[in-house]
Amino acid sequence: MVASKTATPRHRDDREVFLGAGAPAARPRRRDDRKVAWLFLAPVLVGFALFYAYPTVLGVYYSLTDYGLLAPPNLVGAENYRDLVNDDKFWNALKVTGYYVVLNIVSQTVLALALATVMHRLTQSVAVRAMLLVPWLVPNVTVGLLWMWMLDANIGFVNHVLRAVGLGTTGFLTSPTWAMPTIAGINTWAYTGYTALLLYAGMLQIPRYLYESASLDGAGEWRMFTRITLPLLRPVLALVLVVSLIGSFQIFDTVAVTIRNTPGGVTRVIYYYIYEQAFTNFRMGYASAIAVVLALLLGLLTVVQMRLLRASRSDLA
Amino acid sequence: MRSTRRRAGALLLSLALTVPLAACGSGGDSAGGATTLDYWLWDDRQLPAYQECADAFHAANPDITVKISQTAWNQYWQNLTTQLASGEAPDVWTNQSTYYPQFATQNQLLDVEPFVQRDKVDLTAYQQGLSDVWVKDGKRYGLPKDWDTMALVVNTEALGKQGVDPAQLDDLTWNPADGGTFEQVIAKATVDSNGRNGLDPAFDKNNVQVYGFLPEWADGGNGQNGWGILAAANGFSYLDKNPWGTQYRYDDPKLAETITWFKRLIDKGYAPRLDKQSSVANSELLLAGKGAISFTGSWTILTFTDAKVKQKFAFKPLPAGPSGRKSPINGLSDAIWAGSKHPEQAWKWVKFLGSSDCQDRVAQRAVVFPAITSASAKADAAHQAQGRDVRAFTGAAENTFLLPITEHGTELNLMVQDAIQSVVLGDAQAGEGLKDLNNKVNALFK
Repeated sequence: MVASKTATPRHRDDREVFLGAGAPAARPRRRDDRKVAWLFLAPVLVGFALFYAYPTVLGVYYSLTDYGLLAPPNLVGAENYRDLVNDDKFWNALKVTGYYVVLNIVSQTVLALALATVMHRLTQSVAVRAMLLVPWLVPNVTVGLLWMWMLDANIGFVNHVLRAVGLGTTGFLTSPTWAMPTIAGINTWAYTGYTALLLYAGMLQIPRYLYESASLDGAGEWRMFTRITLPLLRPVLALVLVVSLIGSFQIFDTVAVTIRNTPGGVTRVIYYYIYEQAFTNFRMGYASAIAVVLALLLGLLTVVQMRLLRASRSDLA
Repeated sequence: MRSTRRRAGALLLSLALTVPLAACGSGGDSAGGATTLDYWLWDDRQLPAYQECADAFHAANPDITVKISQTAWNQYWQNLTTQLASGEAPDVWTNQSTYYPQFATQNQLLDVEPFVQRDKVDLTAYQQGLSDVWVKDGKRYGLPKDWDTMALVVNTEALGKQGVDPAQLDDLTWNPADGGTFEQVIAKATVDSNGRNGLDPAFDKNNVQVYGFLPEWADGGNGQNGWGILAAANGFSYLDKNPWGTQYRYDDPKLAETITWFKRLIDKGYAPRLDKQSSVANSELLLAGKGAISFTGSWTILTFTDAKVKQKFAFKPLPAGPSGRKSPINGLSDAIWAGSKHPEQAWKWVKFLGSSDCQDRVAQRAVVFPAITSASAKADAAHQAQGRDVRAFTGAAENTFLLPITEHGTELNLMVQDAIQSVVLGDAQAGEGLKDLNNKVNALFK
């Protein structure tokens, strides 16, 4: 992984295009920086190999075995994958996760977009930006517990208020109907501020003069939003969507702290199911198989999403 | 794409790296003839008692030090399994009957039978039936340390207000058809927001202030804290044989009848609906005066008799069903890791834990009932001395049934719990749902 010792002739380095997309091409170099570059990259590469690549390979290997933690793994071929196809709980977990992702992504993106636009057009206040981040700074487990207490059907604050104003109580996290929307809502609460900030940063890159000339032409805020902000925000929005989609699929903590009281596994999302198989049932091989399938699925989703949103091209350049 | 790969990597990392990372744990070491034994338990209330035992043991065996680690129940088994996988498990740990079969099958536990024979340990000193639980195929995987039974816990003040004399509760009956006198008492104990109880024709089941009964639905494959008790009183037994049966009987109509009765109780408003139940434990709801009666285990005695508790509670015998009055009995043991570097010292410690010397000390603190009958009597006396009436638990020990001890315990815990919750929610019919469950459970053993 270390660059060769022989000096490389001066020519345009292909990597430069990758690193500095959109920059003017082929600026001649004084000396070859690649050796140093590799040196700087080395820690990351080693970390990547050790903590990402190796475990990934190991995980794929385990998915082909009957590994149960306590005994050495035996190869069983595609058995885990065959079991997976016939496992109602796996399919249910996928369905439940999908439901969550839709609820969470839609509510979170719409809210964040609205917040970011308001911030962009109205205030540049650092204090407001900082405040938006506060829910995101609270650890997920704390968020889960906090909302669990507040939403409790018997002793929770929210139900207390509902009862006081004459509405009936709801077991937000304990009713099969409401448990998933509630969890999606909790996570939307926790992540909207962060997402809004990312989108806001994207909006700052849109040249001001576009807005100025638009307002001179008599365009209103809504028109400016749909005709300027939204189209020019597309690459950032795509990135934010991809990242939050993947993050959304990885929902775990909020479910883990509340699932004990949610009957019948209606919030048993895919990550929780993997965890249950691995660390409650000690079926590490099977859990790895689910993880592999999930990784493939997420990869596919990302490719589709990037294609659809033409994420690597900007309309600003 | 990069981030996908990263995420995928991170995902696999979390799975795959747990094993090598867990290897960084510490192990017992011996230097200059001195040995340190690692000992694990989960109950923080019992920690002081066992620390006292460890100190006494060290005084008698100055070359052996016992280092106790306490981890909460929820993390205990995961931690233990990862430690076992990485070869760094504690020398001795507290074992439980649902969890131990998988360790026994995977050769993680030391067979102590040869030690028991050699040192002539008197197994008859233990509460009857307790020591056999830890035997599989002639191998013995631990010595009993304590036992627990179930009883009713009732808020006597709340019941008194509804005109129920606590003495009436000593002899309750139950059947799945009309619920017997047990259901009558529960109905009386249920109070709506207008102060009407469950027997009042104007009772408003949608605005209940105090529930007569608080059932437990996160109760694994055995229903130790709820349905299992009444199902047994109705003549249900879990298995073809226990321990080590291979055919479960969750399709027994007697179980379906029992669950259906619970569901009726909920429909009448005498117990909280599962989809509106509280996130806090039943014991907390009882303490908060939100419920009047529940089942509880002998390990919770101090929870309800604590001086800080505002309500007045009493422990009463379980209701007698068509097949009599039956309590689950569950015992814990101390087991030695097969990979321990100090089996002889570990055995010495286990033998001490299982001796009346240690168990009498535990008894004095009146936290649990020790496995040795004489120590158990001392614990009972210690409770009495502090003014706690725990006869409901000691009495229950006379007619008990064993919780199922089989392979696949943890896996079927989840399956059974899900299926029973679906029935209680009304998503599945009791008969159909449990038959389906039973097929799935028994398929695990094929």
